[in-house]
Amino acid sequence: MRGNAEAHQMVAPGTLAGVLELIAGEPGAWTPIAGGTELMVAHAAGRLPASRLVSLWGIADLCFIASRAEGIVIGAGATFTDIRNHDGVAADLPLLARAATWIGSIANQSRATIGGNLVNGSPAADSSPALLVYDAEVELISVRGKRLIPYRAFHTGYKRNALAPDELLYAIHIPRRFAGHRQYLRKVGTRRAMAVAKVALGATALIENGIIGELRLAAASLAPFPARLYCTEDSLCGKRIDTASIRAARATLLAEVLPIDDIRSTAEYRRRVAANLLEEFLTELQNTERPQ
Amino acid sequence: MSATWPAIRIIVNGAQREVSVPPMKRLLDVLREDLHLTGAKEGCGEGECGSCTVRMDGELVNSCLVPVLQAEGARVETVEGLARDGEMHPLQQAFLACGGAQCGICTPGMLMAAAHLLEHNPHPALAEIREGLSGNLCRCTGFIRIFESVIAAASQTEQTRHAG
Amino acid sequence: MSTAATTRIVGAPVPRKEGVDKLLGRAQYLDDLEFDGMWHGATVRSTIPRGAIRAIHFDPRIDWSQFAVVTAFDIPGRNCIRMIFDDQPCLADGRVNHCDEGIVLLAHPSKQRLREAVAAVRIEYDPLPPVFTIEESEHQDVIVWGEDNILKSFLLEKGDVDSAWARAAHIVEGDYRTGAQEHLYIENNGAIAEYSGENGVTVWGSLQCPFYVHKSLMAVFNLPEDKVRVIQTETGGAFGGKEDYPSIICAHAALLAMKSGHSVKIAYDRMEDLAATTKRHPSRVRHRTALDANGRLLAMDIELSTDGGAYRTLSPTVLSRATLHAPGPYVCPNVRIRSRAWATNTVPYGAFRGFGAPQAIFAVERHMDEIAAAIGMDPAELRRRNFLRTGDTTATEQLMRDPVILDKLLDRALAESDYHARRARFARENRTNPVKRGLGISAFYHGSGFTGSGERYLNSLAGVDVTPDGKVRVLVSSTEFGQGTNTILTQIAAESIGIDYSDVIMAPPDTGIVPNSGPTVASRTSMVVGRLIQRAGAQLLEMLRQHAGLREDFTRQEFFAACGCYRASHGEVVSLCRYEAPPNIYWDDETYRGEAYGAYAWCVQVAQVAVDSVTYSAEVEEFWSVQEVGRVLNPVLAGGQVEGGIAQGIGYALYEKVVWQNGHMANNQMTNYIMPTAEDVPPIHIFFEEIPFAYGAFGAKGIGELPHDGPAPAILNAIKDATGISFNAIPLLPEDVCARLAEPAPVEEPATV
Repeated sequence: MRGNAEAHQMVAPGTLAGVLELIAGEPGAWTPIAGGTELMVAHAAGRLPASRLVSLWGIADLCFIASRAEGIVIGAGATFTDIRNHDGVAADLPLLARAATWIGSIANQSRATIGGNLVNGSPAADSSPALLVYDAEVELISVRGKRLIPYRAFHTGYKRNALAPDELLYAIHIPRRFAGHRQYLRKVGTRRAMAVAKVALGATALIENGIIGELRLAAASLAPFPARLYCTEDSLCGKRIDTASIRAARATLLAEVLPIDDIRSTAEYRRRVAANLLEEFLTELQNTERPQ
Repeated sequence: MSATWPAIRIIVNGAQREVSVPPMKRLLDVLREDLHLTGAKEGCGEGECGSCTVRMDGELVNSCLVPVLQAEGARVETVEGLARDGEMHPLQQAFLACGGAQCGICTPGMLMAAAHLLEHNPHPALAEIREGLSGNLCRCTGFIRIFESVIAAASQTEQTRHAG
Repeated sequence: MSTAATTRIVGAPVPRKEGVDKLLGRAQYLDDLEFDGMWHGATVRSTIPRGAIRAIHFDPRIDWSQFAVVTAFDIPGRNCIRMIFDDQPCLADGRVNHCDEGIVLLAHPSKQRLREAVAAVRIEYDPLPPVFTIEESEHQDVIVWGEDNILKSFLLEKGDVDSAWARAAHIVEGDYRTGAQEHLYIENNGAIAEYSGENGVTVWGSLQCPFYVHKSLMAVFNLPEDKVRVIQTETGGAFGGKEDYPSIICAHAALLAMKSGHSVKIAYDRMEDLAATTKRHPSRVRHRTALDANGRLLAMDIELSTDGGAYRTLSPTVLSRATLHAPGPYVCPNVRIRSRAWATNTVPYGAFRGFGAPQAIFAVERHMDEIAAAIGMDPAELRRRNFLRTGDTTATEQLMRDPVILDKLLDRALAESDYHARRARFARENRTNPVKRGLGISAFYHGSGFTGSGERYLNSLAGVDVTPDGKVRVLVSSTEFGQGTNTILTQIAAESIGIDYSDVIMAPPDTGIVPNSGPTVASRTSMVVGRLIQRAGAQLLEMLRQHAGLREDFTRQEFFAACGCYRASHGEVVSLCRYEAPPNIYWDDETYRGEAYGAYAWCVQVAQVAVDSVTYSAEVEEFWSVQEVGRVLNPVLAGGQVEGGIAQGIGYALYEKVVWQNGHMANNQMTNYIMPTAEDVPPIHIFFEEIPFAYGAFGAKGIGELPHDGPAPAILNAIKDATGISFNAIPLLPEDVCARLAEPAPVEEPATV
C-alpha cells in the first residue's frame, strides 16, 4: 500500500442530483469513483493523482437495467454481476453477457460497473467491443440536462472521452435489433481468468442471400481506445464471403489496426491474432451460409 | 489524528462497528488495523490475488479495492465469521479433510469465495467451481484439492439437509 | 522396514497440524503481528544496475531527526550476508551491483511518513557498464565479479566422451534455455526485529531456515550465538524464496531496531517483493549426444550455464544440483558436463523448488525428444532403452543399489494416459482441427537431501521432548510453510513412540528453543529430519524403559506417567539424535564422483496440450504424474505437493515471464506476472509407487521438489507432438508460438549424422 488515504478527500452525496450539483460547482475538480476496481489499484500503487473523489457507489438512480421495446438501457452504476444476472441481457445481448464474465473475477464483477469500464477508457476494456458492435449509445448527464451520443464517438483518445467536466456517464442504451444478426466475440487474454485482453474482437453481421449487408467490427487492444474497424467493415460490406474476400479483409484489418508492444504482448502478435479472429468469424459465416 | 475523521459504521460479522478513519482508507486496512481482524490478507493490493476477499452486502469483494466510505452501513462478512458456535463451517471442515489449505495465506479469501459460490449454487459443476475461485490465487495446491474440498462441502451440506 | 500394514499414523491422511488455525483465519503471519511502540521500516534501493555511489542526498524538507536512518556505515559487524561466500553486502557500500539493491534503511512510526521519506532520499551515481545475460557475461568484455565473471564452475567426467563420436550411428545436438521464475508466494517477505544491549537481536520472520538467518545476523551485528534469536512466524508460502532472502530483510529490520530503539517491522508490498527478491536462475544448456544404431546412449557432452545475478549467494549449490541432474535418468558410459554460473547485474538468483534441476531436466528431456525425432524412434521407447536400472551407475559412478523402477513408472504413465491411442487419435484429428493436440513425456529423478557430503557437513540435530503438561514436542528448526513439515514430523514422532497424533505438537520454531536440524530445503525434511525424529522417538522409549520402568506395551497414561517418573529422577525428558550417514556413502567434492545423493525420487509425467492455431496459445488439457518417493507419509499432503508442483511447473513452461528493463523487473505486479489460476490448471492424475527407503523416515524419500522438475519438458514435448515444431526455450508464450507458427517452418532440424 503506497497511497496515502489521508491525502485524498472523498464524499458520498448519495444521490445523483447531489453528485451532479457537486461537480457542476467545481467542474473537473472531483473525480467520480464507482466500484474502485481501477482507481483503488492506482491508489495502492501510490499513483492516484485525484485528490478529491466523489463516490457513485450505491446511487440508486445509476443502478438499473431496464428492458424497453427498442432496447435495453443499463445504468452506468450497474455492476457486471448485475449484467450477468439479468435475463434480458442474456436473451438479447449475448455478447455483452459474455463480456461481463470476462471482467476480472467474481469479486471484481461485483464492484466493477459498466460506467466505470467505459469512462476509465482502457484500450483493453472488456465490455467495449460488444457495445460497439451492438451500436450502443451513451447518455451523458449534468445539471444542464441529458444528451445521447453514439458510443463509437465516446472515446476520443487514449484515456480521453467526450464527457464535459461537469458531466457523468448516466446510461448505456443498447438496441435490441441484432437478433437476426450473426454475432461474434472473442477475447484473447494472458490466461483464462483474471486476464487483461491482449486482443479482443467483436462482430455483428447481417447476411442477405449470402451477401454481407450490415457489418460491425470492433476491437480492443488494437488502438489507443476500443474502436470500430471501419475500413475492414467497408471492405466486406456488399461482398460474398469467400477465400478472396477473407484474404482481402485480413489485409485491410492489418493495415487498419495500430497495436503496440507493451508489457503484456507484442504488436505483431496482436495484429496476427486479430486477423485470425476476423477470419474465424468470417469462416463461421461462410460455413453456415453455404448451402448444405 | 483519527478524531478528525467522521465516524463510519459497518456491520462486521453481525456486530455493529464504528471507526473514525480517512474515507479513502481501504476496507482491508480498516479490518486489519482498526478492527484487528487479520484473517483477510494483502497479497497484491490490486485485486488480483483475492487473499483479501470478504463479502459486502452479500457480494464477494476484494477488500483492498473498497474505500471504507463505500462500506458505510454495509454488512461485511470475513473469515472470522464463518465458524458458528465454535463449530467450523462445512467448507472449513472439508478444506481440513481434503488438503485444501497448505500455507494458509490464500485460505481466508478462498473460503469466502467458496462460501459465496455455494450460497448461490449449492451443487456447482467443476467448471463453475473453477470460475468461482478464479479470482483467488493459490500457489501451493495447484487448486485440485481446493476443488475437491468445495465438492466435499457441497455434498456434506446436502447430507445435513437430508438428515435435518 | 515398516509397511502400510504396520503403521497406525504414518501413511494415514491425518489432518494438517496447524490446519484449524489457518482455516479459522487466526494463524498469525508476520504482517498480522503488531508490537507496542512498533515502528515501520522501508528501504531506499538502487535505480541503476551497476555503478559507484557518489553521494546520498537527504531532502532538507524532511525532519530526519524523526526517523531512524541506517546506511552501511551503521553496521556494527561485517557488512555481508553470510551464505556460501560472503560477497553480498547487507547494504550497498560505495557501489551497487544490481537494481533494487538496498542502500539506505529508514524507520518511522507512521507508514505514510516513511513512504514520503523514501521518496526524499536521492542517490547520486557514477554509472558503470552493466552485464545482463549469460552471453554478455561469458564474453568477459566487462568484468562485474571476481576476475572472470565466473561465480562457480564444475567439470564432471565419466568414461571418454571424445573417443565416442567416431563410433556413433547418430549425433544429435541441441541448445535449450529457461527464463527466470518468480516464487510468487502469496505472503511477501517480511520481518520484525527488536534490539537491546542486554539481549541482542531478536527477529520474527516469514522464513524457511531460522539458523541461516541466525548465522548471518551474528556476522552483521558481531554478536555471539546466544545474543541472536530468530523466530519463524506462520509463513505464507516460500518455495525456496525464503531460504536466503530473509537473511537480508531480517538484518535490515534489526539494524533499524538498533538505531531507533523500537521494534521495527518491514513488510514488503508485492511490487517491492517482486523487484528486490530472488528468482529462479535462468539457464542455457547445450547437449551433444552420441547414440548407437539401436538408440542407446554412447556419449553425452553437456555444457550448462546459469545466470547467477550480481552476487554468489546460492549459485554454487544450485549449479551443483543442476550439474548432477543434467544427464537425466539414463545410463551412459561416457559423460562430460561442464557447468558454470555467470555473474550479471540483476538481483541475485536464488533457491527455488528444484534448485537447478528443473533447468537441467528441461534441457535433457526436451533433448531426448529431439533425439527420438532425429533417429525415428518413439520418445517413450528411446527413454526405455536408456533408463537407469538397479545395478547401473550414474554419471558420478554412483551404483544404483536401491530398486529403480522407471520402466514400471513409464508403463503406468503410458497406460493411465492411454498414451499411444490418444497420440494416434490426435495425429488423425490434427489434420483438420484448428486446435492441434499432442502428448509429451518427461522422465526424471530428483536427489533427496543435500548434495554429496552436504548432509555430513550439516550434521543436523533434532529430537523430541515431553512437556510437564503432557505433550510430546518435536524439536526441529525445520519449518512449516505449507509443505506439511508440522504434520509429517508429528506423525513420525507419534508413530515412533506409539502415542496418538493429537499428543504430539511442534516446539516453536525459535532458535532459542530448538536445535539446528538444518535448513528446510532440498527435499530433506521427510527423509533426513524425519529419520532423526523416528530415531529420537525410539531412543526416548528406550530411555523410559531403562530409567522409568515403561513396559514394552503401554497405554497413553502409562507413557506420560513414565515421563513424569523420568522427569522426577533425571530432569528434562528429552531425546535428541544427530545425523548419521547411511553406510556405503562416498563422495569426492574434487572429482564429483560417488554417491551424489543418498536417495533418489523418480517420476514419469505425461502432458496433453492443445495449441490453438487462431490464438497461438498452448494450454495443458490433462496431466499425469507417476512417482516413486519411497514411503508416502501422508497421502493428502503428498498429493498436494505433487499437484502444486505441477501447477507451478505449468506456469514455468507457459505463463511466467520476468520482463527485464535495464536490469529491473518491469512487470513487478501480479497483474503482469502471470501465474495459472483455478481456470488454467488442468485435471491432474497422480499415482504413487512406494518402495520404502531403508534410511528415510519410515521409508520416506524427498517429494517436495520432484513434481516441479518435469512439467516444462513434458509440455514442450507435447507441443512438438501437436505442431511438429521444436520449441527449446521457456517460458513459451503465445507470442513465441506465433512467431514460429505464422511463418513458413524454418529449416531447424536437429543435426544428425
